[in-house]
Amino acid sequence: MQIDKDLVMYLEKLGRIELSEAQRAATEKDLQDILTYIDTLNELDTDGVEPASHSFPIANVMREDEVTNTARPEAILQNAPNSRDGCFVVPKTVE
Amino acid sequence: MEWEIVMGLEVHTELATKTKIFCGCSTEFGGEANTHVCEICSGMPGTLPLLNRRVVEFAIRTGLATHCDITRKNKFDRKNYFYPDLPKAYQISQLYFPICRNGYIPVTGADGAPKKIGIHEIHMEEDAGKLIHDAFTDSTLVDYNRCGVPLLEIVSEPDFRSAAEVIEYLEKLRAILQFTGVSDCKMQEGSLRADVNLSVRPKGQTAFGTRTEMKNLNSFRAIQRAIAYEAERQIELLEDGGEVVQETRRWDDNKGISYAMRSKEDAQDYKYFPEPDLPPIEISEETIERIRASMPELPEQKKRRYTEELGLPEYDTSILTSEMAYVKLFEATVALCDSPKDVANWIMGEVMKLLSATATLPENMPLTPEALAAVINMVRAGKINRGTGKTVLEKAFCDGVDPEQYVAAHNLAQITDLSALRPVLEEVIAANEKSVSEYKAGRTQAMGYIMGQAMRALKGKAPAQEVQKLLHEMLD
Ligand SMILES: [Zn+2]
Repeated sequence: MQIDKDLVMYLEKLGRIELSEAQRAATEKDLQDILTYIDTLNELDTDGVEPASHSFPIANVMREDEVTNTARPEAILQNAPNSRDGCFVVPKTVE
Repeated sequence: MEWEIVMGLEVHTELATKTKIFCGCSTEFGGEANTHVCEICSGMPGTLPLLNRRVVEFAIRTGLATHCDITRKNKFDRKNYFYPDLPKAYQISQLYFPICRNGYIPVTGADGAPKKIGIHEIHMEEDAGKLIHDAFTDSTLVDYNRCGVPLLEIVSEPDFRSAAEVIEYLEKLRAILQFTGVSDCKMQEGSLRADVNLSVRPKGQTAFGTRTEMKNLNSFRAIQRAIAYEAERQIELLEDGGEVVQETRRWDDNKGISYAMRSKEDAQDYKYFPEPDLPPIEISEETIERIRASMPELPEQKKRRYTEELGLPEYDTSILTSEMAYVKLFEATVALCDSPKDVANWIMGEVMKLLSATATLPENMPLTPEALAAVINMVRAGKINRGTGKTVLEKAFCDGVDPEQYVAAHNLAQITDLSALRPVLEEVIAANEKSVSEYKAGRTQAMGYIMGQAMRALKGKAPAQEVQKLLHEMLD
């Protein structure tokens, strides 16, 4: 896969960030290097190997459906840059 | 040209678990903002999700009730998007291995013949938080109480050809979810939400047209109206030589129109990948069989049992099993007064009338089985007449009175001792001399008036037949 400036700008949009032109060029190069590195994995023969999404051979780790948490709105909001009326405040979001 | 409407449905239902899908926070509706929130569901760095066992069980129940295959090796996936209703900046969902696949719900097709609406898949995921626009500061407030509440997304095949099929499917699905205890399906509280994918094509054409997706459909009525509106909009567009644009549209139920939402291009690239924080879930044959064996009775099974064991007509069984609230009231009342047909009649008649007159949803049923059984028993025993029964039922429904106490306190019991009627009728005859003489002179219609006066004097507490018989005895 080829990384170009358009793709970097598209990723900026998805990530809600804005890069300078210099950062864009650097990112383009970094992403291309990462992909090339990953591409070496494609050289391996993985026929007949089951895809893994998890590093440990464990399954079915679950909890019972019981309430264990109590209301702590002050604690939850304490690191918020801005809060009001028990809510997090974020920049205006238009639907 | 004749057009055919093609629709598919994505239904989201909030599960009736006590806690959220990945943490021990309560799922209770309402409450102060951010009081059902912890480090996990507010997306604090370094926290890890731990799956609620009941969510898996509820998903399997739903899959079994809709004839799905249950996926043995399940995984979760991350759906990434940046929006403040999602504090982790991703939603944990299932893309590659949804827990249920290839099911169906039967409906009635256009020609009246049975038809199966295919279920493509059912997957587990988490709900998002709520955004509140704050006009005062022109900013957005975020409440994460709903964030992490477990959801099932039930995705149908594009098998619907009319709004009637959509509504029937939704009614059946809602009944299944309620009867299996999976969800309470309160549409106002958002615990059942439907998105409709709709396209049109010339009748006979096999290729699908371009579809739009409609969101924000909060009632069956809104769904019906939105479908009619969107089908007409697309047909007009095509007939005028235009093209349908693939987009998401939002329904405004007050204005009765839908409008295109902001371009979705930013959001479509969800960059799904397998969720590394949750190990896979393996579902064994034994687990499936255990859940199958413990499944509550489904609407279709109840219908059959009501017909076979209780002798109710098909019509009654359909209505009673359309809502869990009717089933609960019906079964509990029958247990108390053992007269299924009477109970069915009272529920389908007076109870439903009171629900609609007071704009009460069935799930908020204020009437207790004890009160309904008491009214029915008094009417059947002849202690009160049907008219009084209705009055008392209304009092029990609206004010929660005890029917027996109310009848006693207001002296509403029927006069069963016929000798007590005679003195009252004598008074009526004396007070209506004119009508009485007319009647005696051969004007038989006058009897109707005298009868009316008599029933009024008796406050309707005596059997009309007996009163008439006695009046004839006294006057003829
Ligand atoms: Zn939580």
